[in-house]
Amino acid sequence: MGPFVPNVITDELNLIVALLVGVALGFVLEQAGFSSSRKLTGLFYGTDFTVLRVFFTAGITAMLGVLLLGKLGWLDTSIIYVHPTFLTSALIGGAIMGVGFVVGGYCPGTSFCGAAVGRIDAMMFVAGGLLGALAFGEAFPAIQGLYMDRPLGDPTLPAATGLPPGMVAIGFVLVAVTAFAAVGVIERRVNPDGPTAGFPVWRHRLAGVAVLVAAAGVAALPPLQARLLARANDAAYRHAHPPARMTADELAFRLLDEDPSLVLVDIRPESAYAAFTLPTAVNLTMEHVTGKSGRDVLGRRRTLKVFLADREDEAVTAATLAAQLGYESVAVLEGGLDAFRAQILSPSATEDTRLDEDTRLFRLAAAPRLTALIAARGAARPVVTPVKRVAGGCGV
Amino acid sequence: MSRDYLNPYLSGVLLGLVLLVTIFVSGRGLGASGAYRSALSAAAQVVSPQRATANPFYAHTPAEASPLKSWLVFEVIGVVIGAFLSGTISNRLRLTTERPPHVRVQIRWMAALAGGALFGVGAQLARGCTSGAALSGMAVLSLGGILTMMAIFGSAYGVAYFVRRLWVAA
Repeated sequence: MGPFVPNVITDELNLIVALLVGVALGFVLEQAGFSSSRKLTGLFYGTDFTVLRVFFTAGITAMLGVLLLGKLGWLDTSIIYVHPTFLTSALIGGAIMGVGFVVGGYCPGTSFCGAAVGRIDAMMFVAGGLLGALAFGEAFPAIQGLYMDRPLGDPTLPAATGLPPGMVAIGFVLVAVTAFAAVGVIERRVNPDGPTAGFPVWRHRLAGVAVLVAAAGVAALPPLQARLLARANDAAYRHAHPPARMTADELAFRLLDEDPSLVLVDIRPESAYAAFTLPTAVNLTMEHVTGKSGRDVLGRRRTLKVFLADREDEAVTAATLAAQLGYESVAVLEGGLDAFRAQILSPSATEDTRLDEDTRLFRLAAAPRLTALIAARGAARPVVTPVKRVAGGCGV
Repeated sequence: MSRDYLNPYLSGVLLGLVLLVTIFVSGRGLGASGAYRSALSAAAQVVSPQRATANPFYAHTPAEASPLKSWLVFEVIGVVIGAFLSGTISNRLRLTTERPPHVRVQIRWMAALAGGALFGVGAQLARGCTSGAALSGMAVLSLGGILTMMAIFGSAYGVAYFVRRLWVAA
């Protein structure tokens, strides 16, 4: 599952990735015509809308790709870098850049492309960019207040508006396709010899419809998590794939034996886990089973993962989910934590007359030791470490 | 004769796929203006180490490594290589100043320098430029990135009329 940073590829290798990505980026930008300032600024005078076409096509391609990979469960979208929002500096900085764009004829990325193919004006732009950044840097201590003003964290548009990401993506695609159609009309009128003249019109129209259909398809696709969870809750599937069950007595015995191959996974909410849990149990709520922290816990080899919930039924859902994700050796506590409390920890646990003598004696000895172990853990609870977001961006 | 440019929609899909691969592998987006800061940070260490440590703008992590050993610096080096390759293949390598016929070379240079400087300031303030904030922000639906994108294009259209002599003949 992506991203491969920071767990799969190292920082050093990541720099090689950066170099290769850069080569691809520079190649594509130059092929698109972004090394030419007159082509870039044609956008603002109606003569050449190449920038708008390339930029928005790239934006919606990547956006739909991120959404699709996330829903397929191939990309953990909760840890990818999201450009942070500082309202004031985002808007003022953007407005200054807009003036720089139309005056200078480039943006930083395209100026590097222009300089690479010998455009002296692009080289001047690069020099200007360094001077501007230097001016900003020298003024930085004085304007830090403005820089940090109105911080909103790193919200996404769906998070800020409450709309589902799929709907937001459809909105962007609609706006983009409409804009493509509109600028085609403008360009033909202002500049009859512009790029529009050579376009295969019908193929472009078909592509516009196709991308809208694709966006709707991606939006309608239920996320992997939801699909797996639906199956884990399906009675017939559960009946056909029952997880292994461990009795309360066996679990108590293995706990007292300090069995190192045992991993206890408490799937209840954090508050319930904080109030009571078994020794060595880690907290991994249902939504984290499919993510990276789930892999940290459930991917441990040569261990038996026992899911704990108050009722066995809830643990079966989590265990079935884990088994579907390919994790091996998963089991549930028979009767859930309710049964464990009643059979092992409660004082009346040994009064059941149907018990054989060995079990009765074991429970009699186990109850005080386990109660002491549970109490002794106190503040030293093992918790699942939250997976950090990837570092990125251009700012300070 | 230099070759024609690629169809813009095809270019866009390819650019989008480059960005998607970057997000999938490295968990982050593309960028360009961040390399300005890395370069200045490296220069500051040489020119005046005291000032470099006093001003958080020139700080970088980890402190013992060179600021040039950063993801964006390597990416920008790649951009220059990639664009050069593309220009070579399509026969577009020329040492020239691109300008409309009515604009003098010196004017075009001054405008490019001034525009670059404005972009340098704006990109640092907004924590990213058209690549890092606008395009990469759009891919992950970042609120700040999308707002910056709207500000860039809104302001550029607002100003375009007043500087039209730089690009279109009277």
